[in-house]
Amino acid sequence: MDTDIAVKVDHATVRFNMATERIDNLKEYFVKLVQGKLMFQEFLALKDVSFEVKKGEAWGLVGTNGSGKSTMLKLISGILKPYKGTVTVNGSIAPLIELGAGFDGELTARENIYLNGAVLGYNHKFMEEHFDEIVDFAELRDFLDMPIKNYSSGMAARLGFAIATVVRPDILICDEVLAVGDYAFQQKCEKRMTDMRNAGTTLLYVSHNMDSVRNVCEKALWLDRGVIKDIGAVEIIAEEYLRFERE
Amino acid sequence: MEKMKERIRTFFGYKDLFHELVSKDIKLKYRRSFLGYIWSILNPLLIMCIMVLVFSHMFRFDIANYPVYLIIGQTIFNFFSEATNKSMWAILGNASLLKKVYVPKYVFTLSTVTSSCVNMLFSLGAMLIVFIFCHVMITPWILFVPVILLQVYIFCLGMGMFLSATTVFFRDIQYIWSAVITAWMYVTPIFYPIQQLPVWLQRGIKHLNPLYSYIQQFRMIVLDGACPDPRLVLYGFVVALTMLVLGTWVFFKSQDKFILYI
Repeated sequence: MDTDIAVKVDHATVRFNMATERIDNLKEYFVKLVQGKLMFQEFLALKDVSFEVKKGEAWGLVGTNGSGKSTMLKLISGILKPYKGTVTVNGSIAPLIELGAGFDGELTARENIYLNGAVLGYNHKFMEEHFDEIVDFAELRDFLDMPIKNYSSGMAARLGFAIATVVRPDILICDEVLAVGDYAFQQKCEKRMTDMRNAGTTLLYVSHNMDSVRNVCEKALWLDRGVIKDIGAVEIIAEEYLRFERE
Repeated sequence: MEKMKERIRTFFGYKDLFHELVSKDIKLKYRRSFLGYIWSILNPLLIMCIMVLVFSHMFRFDIANYPVYLIIGQTIFNFFSEATNKSMWAILGNASLLKKVYVPKYVFTLSTVTSSCVNMLFSLGAMLIVFIFCHVMITPWILFVPVILLQVYIFCLGMGMFLSATTVFFRDIQYIWSAVITAWMYVTPIFYPIQQLPVWLQRGIKHLNPLYSYIQQFRMIVLDGACPDPRLVLYGFVVALTMLVLGTWVFFKSQDKFILYI
């Protein structure tokens, strides 16, 4: 494979289980049981999607809710396997699919930093070395020994973002995580993402905030109901998408 | 084979996560309780006392050193019961994490069984207290105990992998399993001597109940001060390893579909 390419999605289809729970009578139960649809109803979240991301590029993913953006990111991160087609990734990934993945509410922030780091694949020594850096970025020094269940959502988001971006990954995947922070936090995160991009990290960014996408990314991909609607420079796609949204 | 080597390499990459998950379970078990870790010793002692009272006065069995006999069986069976019950939820309970980050899924099952093992190691303290109290003679054969615990651990791990994988697809397993564990407890001679049962049942238990083998090995070391029967040890290892292979095979075969059902 071309070492110039960071992510290659080739005719990928992702199938989900709708798991609808509506059975009105006993006859329906048996009909579904026989059809094999009792526990599994097929839903195609992504249909035959193909695109390539070169190393160092910053891509924005835009689309309405339910269009398949998060699914695409999960596919690239390795959380989902494609039902058909292939996904190839060249390099280490830092996924920010939801901040605080791996946080346990009962543990304190100090303990969660090590746990979350371990979930993302960083060892204990590495987390110890970067401990102060994380705490300073998140501005949570006074709350280190408090259980996370008592944190506000903004505090937890700051901590999650600080932990996930402590290392310079080859590919950073960021999924609508900035929506919950205040303006200062959003600025801080955007700055960090731009710094990483300038240092050569490939960036995949999902957001509904078009200004943010325009600031951070150079190219964009527009997904609509599981299919790629358009692909190109971020200014053009952002324009088209906003026009489409307003209709 | 290559895949297995790759898996082992990945595991070493995630050994910190394994360590963090086990220490999380242990830290949280007694957090915000007054007596804390003392419960790990106090709980088995209390239950043993109750059982001694009930079974010495209500039913008459002729067993020398009944408290020792009881606590050995109780500790091993409790480990098995706790490890399997917790591991049923190892995958389902961590569903939110599995949907957001790539983590090798077996790490969760492995860490629940291991944290149950650590709890059991704490409760060995209770066992030691009972040994001292009942003036049990400690012979050098006591050093064989880690081998027995290893067999039980492997067996629980295999069973845990099997249960955690199947519970994802058939939630019914949790109800079936609680009945199975109850039956298993009565079929294992924990509080009664095996001689009380009809001969055909004794033979059935000796051949089909691995927990009997582990408990019996332990009892032979402590109560008889003798080397455990090598046939029992061989049987114990064979069954444990078979269970591990079976459970792991089921787990790895089905793990790619977990995400659709959690």
